[in-house]
Amino acid sequence: MSVEFDQKIHTTLADANLQLAIYTATGRLKEKRIEAVSDAWLPDYQELRTQANAIKKHAIENLDHYLEEFERNVEARGGKVIYCKDATEVSDFVLSLAKERGSRLIVKSKSMTTEEVDLNERLEHHGLESVETDLGEYILQLAHEKPYHIVAPALHKTRYDVAEIFTRELHVANETVPEKQTLIAREVLREKFLHADIGISGANFLVADSGAVTLIENEGNARLTTSAPRIHIAVAGIEKVIPRAQDLAVFLKLLARSATGQLLSVYASFLSGARRPGEVDGPEEFYVVLLDNGRTKLLPDRSKRQSLYCIRCGACLNTCPVYRKIGGHSFPWVYSGPIGAIITPQFMGVSHEPGLPFASSLCGACGEVCPVKIDIPKVLLELRSDVKKSETREGQNRLEKLAFRIFAWVMTHPRVYELAGRMAGGMAPSGDGKWINSVPSPMNVGPLKEWLSQRDLPPTPSKSFREMWRAR
Amino acid sequence: MSRDNILHKVRTALGRSAGQAVAPPPPVRLRIPEVPMEARIESFIARLEALAGKAVRVATMDDAREFVALAIAGKTAAASNAPYLAECGITGLPGVRSGIRDLGELREVCAEVDIGITSADYMLGDTGTLVTIASPAEARLMSLLPPAHMAVVPKERMLTGLDELFTLAPHPAEITSSMVLITGPSRTADIEQILVRGVHGPGNVTVVIVG
Repeated sequence: MSVEFDQKIHTTLADANLQLAIYTATGRLKEKRIEAVSDAWLPDYQELRTQANAIKKHAIENLDHYLEEFERNVEARGGKVIYCKDATEVSDFVLSLAKERGSRLIVKSKSMTTEEVDLNERLEHHGLESVETDLGEYILQLAHEKPYHIVAPALHKTRYDVAEIFTRELHVANETVPEKQTLIAREVLREKFLHADIGISGANFLVADSGAVTLIENEGNARLTTSAPRIHIAVAGIEKVIPRAQDLAVFLKLLARSATGQLLSVYASFLSGARRPGEVDGPEEFYVVLLDNGRTKLLPDRSKRQSLYCIRCGACLNTCPVYRKIGGHSFPWVYSGPIGAIITPQFMGVSHEPGLPFASSLCGACGEVCPVKIDIPKVLLELRSDVKKSETREGQNRLEKLAFRIFAWVMTHPRVYELAGRMAGGMAPSGDGKWINSVPSPMNVGPLKEWLSQRDLPPTPSKSFREMWRAR
Repeated sequence: MSRDNILHKVRTALGRSAGQAVAPPPPVRLRIPEVPMEARIESFIARLEALAGKAVRVATMDDAREFVALAIAGKTAAASNAPYLAECGITGLPGVRSGIRDLGELREVCAEVDIGITSADYMLGDTGTLVTIASPAEARLMSLLPPAHMAVVPKERMLTGLDELFTLAPHPAEITSSMVLITGPSRTADIEQILVRGVHGPGNVTVVIVG
């Protein structure tokens, strides 16, 4: 584990207000999800999960086919598809289009993919104004922070934080009532929507047989982003493609329920290109950016490629005992929680933050709630193995290797094992039947000391099992 | 351009060759339950009201016009070009801007009126959802910019749910550039998980079911 990761975790753990905020928000989302997928509301939930998993598996295994089909269908209706390998290619495309069209103001709806490539920062660096319009994302943009949670980005901000950010950045009167704060944002952003030339959205699903982008949201900002400006650009990871529009009947039911416990999100937009003849409004130009940014690296491994099935519902974050303690900003990249712990090492390389796959109790809750049945615990284990392999390659952890060799030797030699057991019994604080929470030296040194600092040991019995067996 | 490079990487990783056929995808899963019309309407009203939307039933198109006339009294309103609204006589109500076919005018009107009136192509009974398909008759902004949205829809357009919608409209892209499902008023819980309605879209949604 890197020092930075460790420090961020400890800072979060020490902040009582933050702990309460994370615990309350994730707890509420978790409860709502449980109800929304219960038998009373969705009796065929497990069947839908199985179907969603099968569709995602099929789409990923034939990804090139569906990307090309998607591309053909977008272009048949006058849209354009732009494949980008990384962040630079995405921002270069947007910058050159903005320059050609003389655009200065861009409105954005919430998209983890654009967070991944720091799109706002890159555009602003070149003198464009790029404004987040989802309320949570807008607050964070003003505060110069990254999302704390995949679906509830400003989960860690209190209304007082928001009041302070708004007065500082928007020069408005101090306002601590969320309804009124929302109204302030609505007014500021309404002006932006009506004056922006370009709207940039993400995509929850790319529908191959339709050449359509599907957007799921509650506020209406994604609808405005894709309706008001003259140009709509959707930025999506290549893994977002599904074969048919009809598959949405499965995914729409699962996504809103898993994310926020709603039966459906307030808005679900199915957008297949620019305005058609006779339509009064809608964009005149339609572009879809298909981003790789490391995704193709996940494809060769038949097991780990399931990480690409993710529909970004955030259910695994809300249910994860680790996320609920260490929060979103402890994670080294924009994706947090169990899903972040499996995709970050694969996108960025396992040595980016070797501690990440280990930041899990492997309790299995994430896999259980995943609406597309990603076996997150299994992938975590595979990544742990990858981390160990890479460390071995780098010649690290000789000590650990030695320790395991000794352990293996002891375990395969019964006499030695018994002797070691007797020695441990003799050294441990005498048997008053209580758990041992401090171990005396010479055991309590180096890496062992660190390990023991987080663990209590059961009391040592006066007689070992072997002794009792012999005396039987 | 990265197109060929990315597709090549994908194929190499998956062990596929360009243009290689694919096995058929898992069969489409659409299950349409048998729900009588009255039960669909009842469910629609209950679901929408649970989301703080309003749903009313009126018997005839004339009643629909009367309801709308009362609801917009003292307020400003605009109506979409949906033929059904004209048939109900809603576009002819005093104080209702209608027949808008110019984008500049549409934006201006929608940004200033209190209520946007539309019809809807379908309603989904099990979730309280309006399905709006953009066309020369229905602009996107009419149900989006005004702080209140009122939809007047004949009851025959009430479906059971999503599965029936995607059975009737298996390829929405062939009929429209934009199909939007609207389930209740615009909302957010981004500040301390406190529910606030009317963020960017309408905070008030009223559905008038006719028949």
